[in-house]
Amino acid sequence: MEVKKRYISLYVENRIGVLAKISGLLAGKSYNLDTLTVGETEDPTVSRMTIGLTIDDITFEQVKKQLNRCVVVIKVIDLSGVKIHKKELLFIKVSSCSEKDKAEIFRIAQAFDLEVIDYDRRRVIVQCVKTEGANNDMIALFNDIFVNRIEVVRGGSVAMEAISTQDQ
Amino acid sequence: MKGTEIIVKALREEGVNLVFGYPGGQAIDIFDALYEAEDIDVVLPRHEQALIHAADGYARSTGKTGVCLVTSGPGATNLVTGIATANYDSVPLVCITGQVPLGLMGNDAFQEVDIVGITNSICKYAVTVRTREELPRILKEAFYIARTGRPGPVVVDIPKDIQQALGSDEYPSGVNMRGYKPNESVHVGQIKKAVSMLKKAKKPLFLVGGGVNISNANEQMKTLAETTGVPVITTIMGKGAIPSSHELYLGNIGIHGSYAANHAVSECDVLFSIGTRFNDRITGKISEFAKDAKIIHIDVDAASISKNIVVDIPIVADAKLAIEKLLEYVPPLKIEKWVSQVMEWKKDYPIHMENYHGLTPEKIIRYINENFDRPIITTDVGQNQLWATQYIQLDSNRQFLTSGGLGTMGYGFPAAIGAKLGNPESTVISISGDGGIQMNIQELATAVALELPLILIVINNGYLGNVRQWQELFYQKRYSSTCLAYRKSCQRNCMDKSKNCPAYIPDFVKLAESYEAYGIRITKEEEIEGAFRYAAEHKNAPTIIECIIEREANVYPIVPTGKTLDDMIMD
Repeated sequence: MEVKKRYISLYVENRIGVLAKISGLLAGKSYNLDTLTVGETEDPTVSRMTIGLTIDDITFEQVKKQLNRCVVVIKVIDLSGVKIHKKELLFIKVSSCSEKDKAEIFRIAQAFDLEVIDYDRRRVIVQCVKTEGANNDMIALFNDIFVNRIEVVRGGSVAMEAISTQDQ
Repeated sequence: MKGTEIIVKALREEGVNLVFGYPGGQAIDIFDALYEAEDIDVVLPRHEQALIHAADGYARSTGKTGVCLVTSGPGATNLVTGIATANYDSVPLVCITGQVPLGLMGNDAFQEVDIVGITNSICKYAVTVRTREELPRILKEAFYIARTGRPGPVVVDIPKDIQQALGSDEYPSGVNMRGYKPNESVHVGQIKKAVSMLKKAKKPLFLVGGGVNISNANEQMKTLAETTGVPVITTIMGKGAIPSSHELYLGNIGIHGSYAANHAVSECDVLFSIGTRFNDRITGKISEFAKDAKIIHIDVDAASISKNIVVDIPIVADAKLAIEKLLEYVPPLKIEKWVSQVMEWKKDYPIHMENYHGLTPEKIIRYINENFDRPIITTDVGQNQLWATQYIQLDSNRQFLTSGGLGTMGYGFPAAIGAKLGNPESTVISISGDGGIQMNIQELATAVALELPLILIVINNGYLGNVRQWQELFYQKRYSSTCLAYRKSCQRNCMDKSKNCPAYIPDFVKLAESYEAYGIRITKEEEIEGAFRYAAEHKNAPTIIECIIEREANVYPIVPTGKTLDDMIMD
């Protein structure tokens, strides 16, 4: 059975224990989630989650059904096959930088449309807002050039259905 | 109005006149409010686990919502097994747990546990009330969620200060939940597709689960079977969906199912299943289950469809609504050859215990079948349950209460207490083993105090018989920790066939007497009638009938793990 990367969005009640309920449900059913992000929506009583899973078709159908029957879940949106904007925030901190390294980092930033948001004599922090896949590439690139000198923090994908037909 | 008073008001508005309660520090205010509520009886079982099983038995046998009221901490955690039991078998319960005051929550206060966190994965809904204002709404929602859709247990955790806080006396008349909208219709297009598939079938079969019993669709199910002429098999939870004596009924399917039922499902070409989850106890080796069949599946819970078995035509609907809709379209089917084939199996391979002599569970249960009019039967879990499901004859739903999904030992006796309280006119018989009865034996006090004339059958083989049977058949008779006659003086891994065993403890007859209940021990077939007559003499107290049976009697047929359903060990 084909396992592939999929995303769903959930509207849930914004209150204590709901995140635990959702993550507990997924864990209890042995569904491994890759990423889960959550934040309040324009309605403060509602939160929206974006969940990324690497999963096969049948299990994915079960995940959606299980989430749907949860009382705290208001709506489940399957984002597979839907035009969406999807981004992930990524910070990469590079340490023990020489001047040459710093110049290299600034060059990479320019080439890949990253932002240098902080630095001192020996360290640089780069901010990267791209898709999860593109962020993976960035991490691989930095890891390759600055071996054992990078620290990565990433936030998990957030996604929203597109207005135009442009994908991601 | 205080929080506790709105709780009492909610119970009244929801038609609750019986609460299964056990008080404690964080529930004392609610019990205080109930002190004056003369229209609401509070039953005090002797352990919270038995309490919730009793509420469960009450709910299953009456169709009403069972209400549990316990304190925080251990009071709440003692409900856990019962919540999971009710959740698996779709039993509507509202469990109110006291909680430490809001300000102490999270501080590891005395008798504080996060019962919502603990029960989240084993109930339909769990919620902590965090303001006095939301208390009436949450109570209303709790009852609504518990009894609608696929019913289930709901936990409402109420901090003590909210119980005491003053607030509105208004109890809402309806609910408006954006996350919970149970399905109340049937997709006619899917029904028509199902009918058209059924019409083409040469070897169709109805597989009926507990959903039909829960939705009270028994009459409709019988009509559906009779109109189409299609044979019916049931799961354990579906037993009673059509009368067990019905000529189209082939018995239970599953690892202890009947030959006819298991062979029929293996050979059918259209399996029309209603209200079942295709649990592993009924499918056997899943890749071979109904391997030649197209599958139609009606279930009120979308998540139960295509979970274990891939379904060709899914229909998300309440069983009763769906069957009523089906009845508008189904014709009689020309399937004489198939029907005569399955009837031959039914006739040629009945389930029996003829290989065992003297007093057998089969004979005891057949006595019940022949001598009681529509009794309510509860079972425990293990061989007693399997024999009961094999031999009991049912006429309808809400008559057979058993922990089918979770398989909870200790369920049967307290469930019988709840069933009797809900059905004072019915004969209530619990069938347990000597292991399970001891898990909630303290409830003899409750049954005696409430003057409940229950008949408690204890099938005593001195073993945890079902596990012992597996050890005999699949673990080279290594009876590890299954002998309940064992004492320190015995050999460590005893294989003693000399029957030179120590006396069994407890002496159930003396135990019954110490509770002011009645007890009788029988060892022979001829004593069955006398024992039931003895029980009938006691109109105001329970009677234990301890039945000493052959120690190593087995439940047959059995499908070994990993085998297909038609690969059964017959005896």
